[in-house]
Amino acid sequence: MRYFLQRIAFYLFTAWAAITLNFFIPRLVPGDPVQSLIAKYRGQLSSDAIQSLYVLFGLDKQESLWQQYLDYWKQIFQGDLGLSFTFFPAPVSQVISQALPWTVMLVGITTIISFMLGTGLGVLAGWRRGSWADGLLPVTTFFSSVPYFWLGIIAIYLLAGPDSFFPSSGGFDSGLVPAWDQYFIPSAIQHSLLPALTILISSVSGWILSMRNMMVTVASEDYITVAHAKGLSERRVAVSYAARNALLPNVSGFALSLGFIVGGTLLVEIVFSYPGLGFTLLQALGAKDYPLMQGIFLVITISVLVANLLADVAYLLLDPRTRKEG
Amino acid sequence: MTIPTSSIEQVIPGQGSMAQPEEAHPSKRKRQRFTFIRNKKAAVGLTIFGLYVLFAIIGPWIAPYDPSARGNDLVQPPSADHWLGTTHLGQDVFSQILVGTRSVMYVGLLAGTIATVLSILIGVTAGYLGGKTDDVLSAFANVILVIPAVPLMIIITSILNNASDTLIALVIGLTSWSWNARVLRAQTLSLGRRDYVEASRATGEKTWRIIGFELLPNLTAVIASGFVGTVIFAVLSEITLAFIGIVSNNGWNWGTILFWAQGQQALAQNAWWWFVPAGLAIAFLGTALSLINFGIDEFVSPRLRSAGKTKVKTASGRTVRMRIGFTPVLSSKGGEPS
Repeated sequence: MRYFLQRIAFYLFTAWAAITLNFFIPRLVPGDPVQSLIAKYRGQLSSDAIQSLYVLFGLDKQESLWQQYLDYWKQIFQGDLGLSFTFFPAPVSQVISQALPWTVMLVGITTIISFMLGTGLGVLAGWRRGSWADGLLPVTTFFSSVPYFWLGIIAIYLLAGPDSFFPSSGGFDSGLVPAWDQYFIPSAIQHSLLPALTILISSVSGWILSMRNMMVTVASEDYITVAHAKGLSERRVAVSYAARNALLPNVSGFALSLGFIVGGTLLVEIVFSYPGLGFTLLQALGAKDYPLMQGIFLVITISVLVANLLADVAYLLLDPRTRKEG
Repeated sequence: MTIPTSSIEQVIPGQGSMAQPEEAHPSKRKRQRFTFIRNKKAAVGLTIFGLYVLFAIIGPWIAPYDPSARGNDLVQPPSADHWLGTTHLGQDVFSQILVGTRSVMYVGLLAGTIATVLSILIGVTAGYLGGKTDDVLSAFANVILVIPAVPLMIIITSILNNASDTLIALVIGLTSWSWNARVLRAQTLSLGRRDYVEASRATGEKTWRIIGFELLPNLTAVIASGFVGTVIFAVLSEITLAFIGIVSNNGWNWGTILFWAQGQQALAQNAWWWFVPAGLAIAFLGTALSLINFGIDEFVSPRLRSAGKTKVKTASGRTVRMRIGFTPVLSSKGGEPS
């Protein structure tokens, strides 16, 4: 229990750090970025938006930095992330809440599949070293060195097309309205297959490699020899004795690598014009929509923290040692 | 001329490396380096990496065209004139890739160096000093580790309008050191309790000297593999940033090529020569670096080496699978256990 409370305290601290970082980044910009933005939009920005920009960049000189910081926290607790000017006059929180489910579904499901598949193959590759399974390593290394988005481009080039089963862009058929019905859901699944495959192929190799290395290390422990000597079946030794213990570092690795996977996924969404956070981020970048960019960064960070917390709970269930000292 | 190192260690036991004469070092080091190269993976990786470094240096000189110069052949497939075809403005893709190599390698190596130096400073200090310093530094490293690096980089770079290559390397380096710092801290913790470190502490060596001369040489492999990993990450990050178009547009790198290919509908025009070579260039560089890392891993921990022939026939005609680290077990039925 003490371990768990420590972790929660750590995540709260990290969330605080991320939010503070988010507060300071726009204030580090030299010059007057608001003027250049106003010039860029040639008077299309409303006075409300201009005011909120001045507040965002800390150019609102009437308040001290500390007062601005307090106000910023107050806004965050009210769920107010400012106004987006790409989707003007929609508030940032609304734009994000539309895009978030797409990303969470895509990343969540593919990451879990990739973790399970990779760990399974890693167990195999580590246990049957010196057999065909060693051939997995160079292939997966190659795929993990390819940027996610390039693999996406190639997938579109090879598999998608006017006559193909796989659509090349979007999250659902343009004629449909998002709803939980029998027309929309199959279309959404069909559109997510290719992006999901891309993420799967690029992210699976990391799990294979780390699981293989852990298996190799664990396999030389005495208790494995004892298990063999007891005459247990090969399968039982591999799964219940070796893999179970080798799994632990992979679970904590799962938590830590989530941030990297999310970063890659944003790019896959951009390539596939998938209506998630990554695609929204691209639109925000094109329009220099700083409030939206910062909101997206914040939401991604908080999501990764929550996922980390879940991974910690899993770790707690898997490793009895963390439970004992409570 | 040189006395074999092993005899020296026998003559003066307990004084360890400090007592070794200078002459003994070169021959020992040469032998170690030779073992590293003999590892096939590392040799292949180093060769490919060397080629990339070569092209980073001479690329702009040997490029057949100016990568930004427009031509009359628009979106042409590969031909004798343009080895990798042309873009929508008639620019030569082959020249763009050659010229772009320098920017990619520069950012990758610089960011890798920055991140490695930071991770050594923070990781080794935290691991060696322990206590409150360790708590603070570890918490700091973990915070940076958990915050997703790529979105953070995207935001910082887009706010720094038209950032130069050096600035981008700085941003990447500053956001990607934490993993290595974590690994180094764990390694330092385990080294710091070894007898030879305790011995030098007992003889009253200064802290910086213990860290610099006792700990760091033994951390070389970990540091090297961290550096290689960071370079891969930095290269991928730089290309990502260029691909979404927030990097200054006056230089060329492979991400810029992909940015234009994506923006100009290269896919719809079936212009595979526009986006395939740049991606392959990234993939081979990444593979080469990963191979070097495998080499380092296997050099440090021989258990990870892929075993060669593993099936052995015993005298009684059964086959046994020999595996490093395993005690071979004969199953009662004979033959290979499933």
